[in-house]
Amino acid sequence: MSDRPDATTPVGEQAAAIAPDGQWPVWEVFTQSAQGAPHEHAGSLHATDAEHALQNARDVYARRGEVISLWVVPSAAITASSPGDAGPFFDPGADKAYRHPQFYKVPRGVRGL
Amino acid sequence: MTSPSVVPVPAPPPNDELELLLRLGDDRLVLGHRLSEWCGHAPILEEDIALANVALDLLGQATLFLRRAGEVEGKGRDEDALAYFREAVEFRNCLLVEQPNGDFGFTIARQFLFDVHAVVTLDALSRSTSAEIAALAAKSLKEAKYHVRHSGEWMLMLGDGTDESHRRVQRALDELWRFTPELFVADGVAARLAVQGIAPDLPALHAKWETIVRDVVGRATLTLPHESMHSPHLRGGRSGMHSEHLGHMLAELQIVARSHPGAKW
Repeated sequence: MSDRPDATTPVGEQAAAIAPDGQWPVWEVFTQSAQGAPHEHAGSLHATDAEHALQNARDVYARRGEVISLWVVPSAAITASSPGDAGPFFDPGADKAYRHPQFYKVPRGVRGL
Repeated sequence: MTSPSVVPVPAPPPNDELELLLRLGDDRLVLGHRLSEWCGHAPILEEDIALANVALDLLGQATLFLRRAGEVEGKGRDEDALAYFREAVEFRNCLLVEQPNGDFGFTIARQFLFDVHAVVTLDALSRSTSAEIAALAAKSLKEAKYHVRHSGEWMLMLGDGTDESHRRVQRALDELWRFTPELFVADGVAARLAVQGIAPDLPALHAKWETIVRDVVGRATLTLPHESMHSPHLRGGRSGMHSEHLGHMLAELQIVARSHPGAKW
C-alpha cells in the first residue's frame, strides 16, 4: 500500500488506520436549551482536547438548533457514586417520613408560609 | 470617404450576476457532494457527523445560490434543474472542490483552503451592492465561520500531530496548492462585478486569504508550498473546463433525477 492512499483505497481502511475508536478521551456534554434553564446532561463523545470536544458536541448534540449553550467536561473529572453506595447513600431517607416537608402540618393561623 | 462597414450583431450582454451565482452555487454543490461521500466512512463517529453536517450546510447554501441563479436567468429553471440537468461543461465550480477525497488529511486540507476562501468571500459579498446577494452571503457566512473553525482545528491537529498525519497533510497541501490561484482569478466577469460593487476585488481578497492560510499552516508546523507550485493552467473551472473527476461525480449526483424526472418522495 502506498503512503498516501488514492481515491480508490476504501476510505474505511484509511479511517481505521487514522483513529481507531476509543483512543481519544471521553467527554461528557451538557446542553442548555434556553436562557436561565439548567445545563442538562446530553450524552458523551470522544475528542482529543477541549476545543475539539466542543466542536464535536456542537455537531453531535446541537446541530438541530435547540441549544444555546454547551459545556464539555472530561469524563475523568467526574466523581460518581458507585452502585454499591446506593444503599447507604440513598435509602435512609425512604422510611423517615419526617424528613419530608409533607410530614408537618401547618398550624392553623400561620399565613404566608 | 468611408467604406461601408458591416455592423456586427451585438452579442447579448454577459449576465455577470448569473455567472457569479453559478460559481457560488456550484462550488458548494460539488464540495457538499464530495463531503457526503464520507458519510459512514469517517475516522470516528463524531467526525462522520461533523462532515455530514458541513455537507448539508453547503447543500443548503447551493440551493439558495442556484435558486437565485435560476431567477436571474429567467428561463424558468429552478435549483433542481440547474443541479441535475446541466452537463459538466456548464458547471462553474473551481477545480479545487471537485478533486476526489483522497485520505482524511487530503479532505481536510481541501476543506480548509476552501473554507478560508468562503469566509473572506462571503464576508465581502455581505456588503454587495446587490441586496439579494448580500442577504444570501450574510446567511451563509455564519455557517462558513463554523466550517473554518472545524477544518482549521483539524489542520492544527494533523499538522502538529503524529509524523504520519503531518506527512499526509503536508503532501495534500503540496498537491492542492496549484488549484488555489483559480479561486482569485479576476476574469472579465469578476472584474466587471468588482467595478459595480456587486462582488469584491479578488486580488485584495487573495492577500487576505493568504494571510489567514499562512497563519494556520505555520501554527500547524506545516510549510506553505512555494509559488512555483502554482499552475497557471489549472484554472478552467469558472469557464466549464473541468478535470475528469467532475463528470464521474456528476454521473452519481444526477443519475436518480435523470432516471426519474419529476419523481417525488
